[in-house]
Amino acid sequence: MTKNEPIRIVLAKLGLDGHDRGLKVVARMLRDAGMEVVYLGLRQTAEMIVTAVEQEDADVVGISMHNAGHLTLAPLIVNALRDAGLDVPVVVGGIVPESDLEAMAKAGVAGVLGPGASAEDVAACVREAVATRGK
Amino acid sequence: MASEDSTINSLVERASEGDRRSVARLLTLVERGGVSAEIIAEATHPLAGKSHVIGITGAPGAGKSTLTASLARDLAESDHTPAVLAVDPSSPLTGGAILGDRVRMEEATEAGAFIRSMATRGHAGGLALAVPGMVRVFDAFGFNPVIIETVGVGQVEVDVASAADTVVVVVTSGWGDAVQANKAGLLEIADLFVVNKADRPGANDARRDLELMIDLSQVTGQAVRRPEIVMTTATEGKGLNELKEAVSEHHQFLIQEDQMSLRRSKRWKAEVRSRLEYLLSEFSKESIDNLEENQESSPSSVANDLAKNLLKKDELG
Ligand SMILES: Nc1nc2c(ncn2[C@@H]2O[C@H](COP(=O)(O)OP(=O)(O)OP(=O)(O)O)[C@@H](O)[C@H]2O)c(=O)[nH]1
Ligand SMILES: [Mg+2]
Repeated sequence: MTKNEPIRIVLAKLGLDGHDRGLKVVARMLRDAGMEVVYLGLRQTAEMIVTAVEQEDADVVGISMHNAGHLTLAPLIVNALRDAGLDVPVVVGGIVPESDLEAMAKAGVAGVLGPGASAEDVAACVREAVATRGK
Repeated sequence: MASEDSTINSLVERASEGDRRSVARLLTLVERGGVSAEIIAEATHPLAGKSHVIGITGAPGAGKSTLTASLARDLAESDHTPAVLAVDPSSPLTGGAILGDRVRMEEATEAGAFIRSMATRGHAGGLALAVPGMVRVFDAFGFNPVIIETVGVGQVEVDVASAADTVVVVVTSGWGDAVQANKAGLLEIADLFVVNKADRPGANDARRDLELMIDLSQVTGQAVRRPEIVMTTATEGKGLNELKEAVSEHHQFLIQEDQMSLRRSKRWKAEVRSRLEYLLSEFSKESIDNLEENQESSPSSVANDLAKNLLKKDELG
């Protein structure tokens, strides 16, 4: 990727929970960090995310979830992308207890952001994930 | 350069076989511009020209994406392979953008439409170069129609949409919307109008305003065909059949009245001009950067010399 091309991130929320306020805040943080945010919104499935990444030629995926589904949902997305042959890192936002971080990393999640993450944290985490792409 | 060539060749080959990921990659390269974009333009130009290009523009929030999504979905479900290029503004401060049009296009995506979001990326000239190139990629690889959604605010966005075969201008109910559209220069480019949010009060006012303005513009004799006005409630699917019919009638009109080739040649010229203006602006930037300061010469004589130099050049870049 050329240096001055903006990072393209597909941003989606999984699960049935109906609030998009948090996701919109994250979208704005990423936009303000100079990224192009392909915003998918709520109730996304692995299939929708894979299609969006493919059509948008995205560099990275950000998924958010509120209920405690991270241990199953996050790997589901990572695997769906892998199975589709898409080498795109996945960053997860949500309430993930310390004790699960290792399992998340093992599952191939490139970064985890808690609810307290600052705009800088969020942008740095995404940039780092993109930088390690394909490694 | 050679490896760039062969990468692009294999992408083009795979895209011709229907590989959407290669299409997506080609779109990215065209959007970035530069040498790759030129190679792709060369490769796709001979393959393109078959698709009906539809521009959908109007004020922010008028319902463009909802209408585009319904059209695309319907087309995808009736044996077409539509593509959508949804353009949203980049933030002038940070260069970032929120591209939110896909939210309304889930069903269209599921039905098989190819949706691509794109940011204006600050450099106004870039959009005028990139959009026709990206439309050509879709066209070359069998996507038909190609729908461009832009917010009808900036001049370039309006130009980009107006480079379509069929230009749909979306206004909403209520007094004043048509007047705003007129100010934004949208009225002259419309082949057909949609008054969306017809569920809200004022839909007929908007229609009347439009009729009036069309009457006035017809006096000046610019329009070849009086633009139709379609009333829709996009969120309830009302008026969508009429919209589809109006779009397809306009397409037929272009073909039967020999207007298509006129449009295409106008578009072709506009693209040549964008490209030329880009090259000239690059040249002048470079010349000025390299200029040795010499305030004894008059600015105009220096500019004249530079222009003469340019005209003698036989190689670009
Ligand atoms: N009441 C009503 N609301 C509508 C109608 N069509 C669209 N909307 C709503 O208007 C809002 C904007 O719709 P979009 O389709 O995103 O509009 P847009 O023109 O693409 O917006 P931008 O791309 O942001 O400029 C959404 O909340 C839609 O649900 C309609 O016919 N009636
Ligand atoms: Mg829109």
